[in-house]
Amino acid sequence: MSTADRLPRLLALVPYLMSHPGAQVPEVAKVFGLTEKQLIDDLQLVWMCGLPGHTPGDLIDVSWDGGEIIIDNADTIARPLRLAVDEASALLVALRMLAELPEFGDRDALSRVIAKLERAAGEAAAVVSSQVAVEVDAAPDALPTVNEALRRRRRLSLRYYVPGRDEVTPREVDPMRLVMVDGRSYLSGWCYRAEAVRLFRLDRMLTVDVLDVPADPPAGAEPGEVTPGVFRPSPSDELVELELTPAGRWVAEYYPCEEVTELGEGRLRVALRARDQGWLVRLALRLGDTGRVLSPASLAASVREAAASALKLYESV
Amino acid sequence: MSRRKTERLLNLVICLLATRRPLSADHIRQAVPGYDAENDEAFQRMFERDKNELREIGIPIEVHKDPWEEDPGYRIVRQSYELPEITLEPDEAAVVGLAAQVWQRASLAEAAGKALLKLRAGGVETEEAGGVLGGALELRLDTQDPAFPALWEAVRDRRAVRFPYRAASSQTVLTRTVEPWGVVSRRGRWYMVGHDRDRDDARVFRLSRITGPVTPIGRPGDVVVPEGVDLKSMVGYSDALTVRERTALIRVREGTCQGLRQVAKQVRPASGGWDELEIDFNDPERLAGWVVGFAADAEVVGPPDARDAVICRLKGALA
Repeated sequence: MSTADRLPRLLALVPYLMSHPGAQVPEVAKVFGLTEKQLIDDLQLVWMCGLPGHTPGDLIDVSWDGGEIIIDNADTIARPLRLAVDEASALLVALRMLAELPEFGDRDALSRVIAKLERAAGEAAAVVSSQVAVEVDAAPDALPTVNEALRRRRRLSLRYYVPGRDEVTPREVDPMRLVMVDGRSYLSGWCYRAEAVRLFRLDRMLTVDVLDVPADPPAGAEPGEVTPGVFRPSPSDELVELELTPAGRWVAEYYPCEEVTELGEGRLRVALRARDQGWLVRLALRLGDTGRVLSPASLAASVREAAASALKLYESV
Repeated sequence: MSRRKTERLLNLVICLLATRRPLSADHIRQAVPGYDAENDEAFQRMFERDKNELREIGIPIEVHKDPWEEDPGYRIVRQSYELPEITLEPDEAAVVGLAAQVWQRASLAEAAGKALLKLRAGGVETEEAGGVLGGALELRLDTQDPAFPALWEAVRDRRAVRFPYRAASSQTVLTRTVEPWGVVSRRGRWYMVGHDRDRDDARVFRLSRITGPVTPIGRPGDVVVPEGVDLKSMVGYSDALTVRERTALIRVREGTCQGLRQVAKQVRPASGGWDELEIDFNDPERLAGWVVGFAADAEVVGPPDARDAVICRLKGALA
């Protein structure tokens, strides 16, 4: 935390200590994201401040004997500063998104919280936060079943579609967490087929059933980092270079490219890695004359071969 | 910010909050330790900077100009400074905890964190999202577009902006001047909706196509958002809403093209190791872009425009 944040922090710390008399040093440090040493330093600073006159009777009184913090004589700043428009809006935008989520149980609590925060934050925050909207995808059919499995801690059996390989595979998964990223739902869980934690998009579950088996992910399995955006290429995958016309530029927006070079007139050269050769051939076919594989030559050859054999279907009629 | 300065500012806040009548700069200079007693000009400069810093963190300083007094007076009115009393029931606290997590690594994470801290400081017990689905629900919004923070500020301040923008599949980057009405996240992408001044019409801009800095222009408060504007529907594609009116007949090899089979409204076996699918569609180019990826495993039999669209892509890939 930078020192410029210190004053706002102190103006929150004092009311926090007033409303939590006897709070422990480690616990308060954690709430404020400080080391214990930094917190003590803050307390020492507060202790030097107070009402004009600055006689001992005017100064804020703080003690932290035995790690228990007691504060007194700080009535002037006993309440926190009101929420800034940014701060209230950040919460309100998120709450409104929650309100849009299908299946989100506590709609009633949500509308109460939104009303309370709007009242506390004032009109500006209410207006701004309604100008930042998050569209939530329609509830995938799988959602109620996945929720049930999570609640009851049961194993799931699914048929899962992997578009990259155009495969439908049966899987047994111990659900660990439901993750919604940018309005789209994923299940993170232990996949017995992969013997690893995997992320499954709910809208790609073709069928899903709760098994009468307790979910039992291996100890130490972490729900893991969710990287949205389809696929996580590894550095060992071969680097592929494509040249795109203006009509093919969408590739650079949709897929993580390691290098994007403007070639003029709206044309681009991009370099990306993908785990799957088949996926790359499909992408190149889809691009048609709006994109061209520069390297490796083997991929360019596969694309030509695939296109030629597909064209035969159309010539025969 | 040095320790001495933080101390001075904290004392200044306490002093201005404690007073009922507005205090002159001279009075404040005596009352708050740390101001230069010797050099008037140095004091004035420092006091100006201090007032600005307090305003920047959202502290409302009132300035009173009394006709009988030469110097203005300053104070902080408690009601406009303090977070109003707010109490949350446990179920409400749980959803606030969840909401504060949403921005985790996005540009509003800091603001959300500060809001949560202030609520806690005000005695609100917020939970670490534990209450919702036993802690197994995680929600995230990402804002990786460099333009997001500047546009958020422009929306907040109701200020017009200017930025370089490359329209979809366009060759050129043009400078656009827009009065922002709002920003919308849709399927992992952020869009800005607003009034494009040069085109004199409402337009939608994708943040990832903004190719350079977003510069605020004009005064804050200038932008008027039309009443009843529905941001989400302006950004929404038509494909989610419009009915797929046409049907394509597609031949696929047995055991292949799982993706196509999933959306087919009919699958029937045909001769020679092939199946026939019927798939509803709207845009022949979209359909072609998808089917062509299955190469020699799929053939669009008709209608002719969809078939031609596939042939065209295959020839393009061969060229």
